[in-house]
Amino acid sequence: MRLALFLPVGLFVALSIVLLLGLDSDPTELPSALVDEPFPAFRLEALDPEQGFIDEQQLMGEVALVNVWATWCYACRIEHAMLNQLAENGVKIIGLNYKDNRADAFDWLASRGDPYAFSVFDLRGSLGIDLGVYGAPETFLIDAQGIIRYRRVGVVDERVWSNEFADLYAKLKTEAQ
Amino acid sequence: MRSFVFLVLLLVSGTVNATSDLVVFSDPSYAARYQTMILELRCPKCQNQNLADSNSPISQDLRAEVQRLLELGMTNGEIEQHLTERYSEFILYRPQVNKSTYLLWLAPIVILVIGMLTILGLTRRSPTASEGQKFDTQDDQQRLDDLLKNGNK
Repeated sequence: MRLALFLPVGLFVALSIVLLLGLDSDPTELPSALVDEPFPAFRLEALDPEQGFIDEQQLMGEVALVNVWATWCYACRIEHAMLNQLAENGVKIIGLNYKDNRADAFDWLASRGDPYAFSVFDLRGSLGIDLGVYGAPETFLIDAQGIIRYRRVGVVDERVWSNEFADLYAKLKTEAQ
Repeated sequence: MRSFVFLVLLLVSGTVNATSDLVVFSDPSYAARYQTMILELRCPKCQNQNLADSNSPISQDLRAEVQRLLELGMTNGEIEQHLTERYSEFILYRPQVNKSTYLLWLAPIVILVIGMLTILGLTRRSPTASEGQKFDTQDDQQRLDDLLKNGNK
């Protein structure tokens, strides 16, 4: 009977713990529906029209990052230096130019450097919808078989790379050899 | 008078402006389904708006996607499935019943049952608690016992 008196206190403590843990979770981050799924099929023009059309087959064969970017995306500016650095270190990055303007995109790459092996030009955002993209920048890590292994919504900087990508990238690289 | 008419027209014109993008379907029955779907699908970018309310670019795209899928002849369930495969269950305002949502669906019922049991327990206990109570005068005690036995007659 005496113990029942402490029941509300117990419930309060339990609830506090649950809510405290909830503080750490970011509500703007959606669970990734596509991790461990194959990269969706698509056929879109390359950003550079001379490269013709690109489909999902051209993304396979090598561990790579697929980076969703656009010139209207402010955070992409912050991210760009990191992408350049990764590309210099030999990481293959494929661009997905998302709902953008071609001329602006060319200017952007000319002035800031082009870290991309090539960029896919997704004018209407159709591949974006198939990837579940809801805001640029987003970065997908795909393995040599074209399976999405990791997804990051938001800027990839040094800290994010070393905490979230580096180990998995190295592991996938050794697996691919 | 003229300014009054102007004022009335001004007030009325607000509702005319409110119908923003006009969506035309090949089959009129799609329109009603489109409305229900965009009310129950959540905008992935905005925390608490459905596709109907949100004017963010991604919501505009997803409304167009819902329209496209309807025109393809998909059922509501298939469209929800199609979108959750891409945007996860976050996008559903009415989450599916599965392992991870049992707590969500069952908690209200469980809490209701606990509440009912508590009330039942409390009301049962109260007459026994008053049994121990004694009144100073014999009359009052007699009246109380009568009340407890026969109710207020």
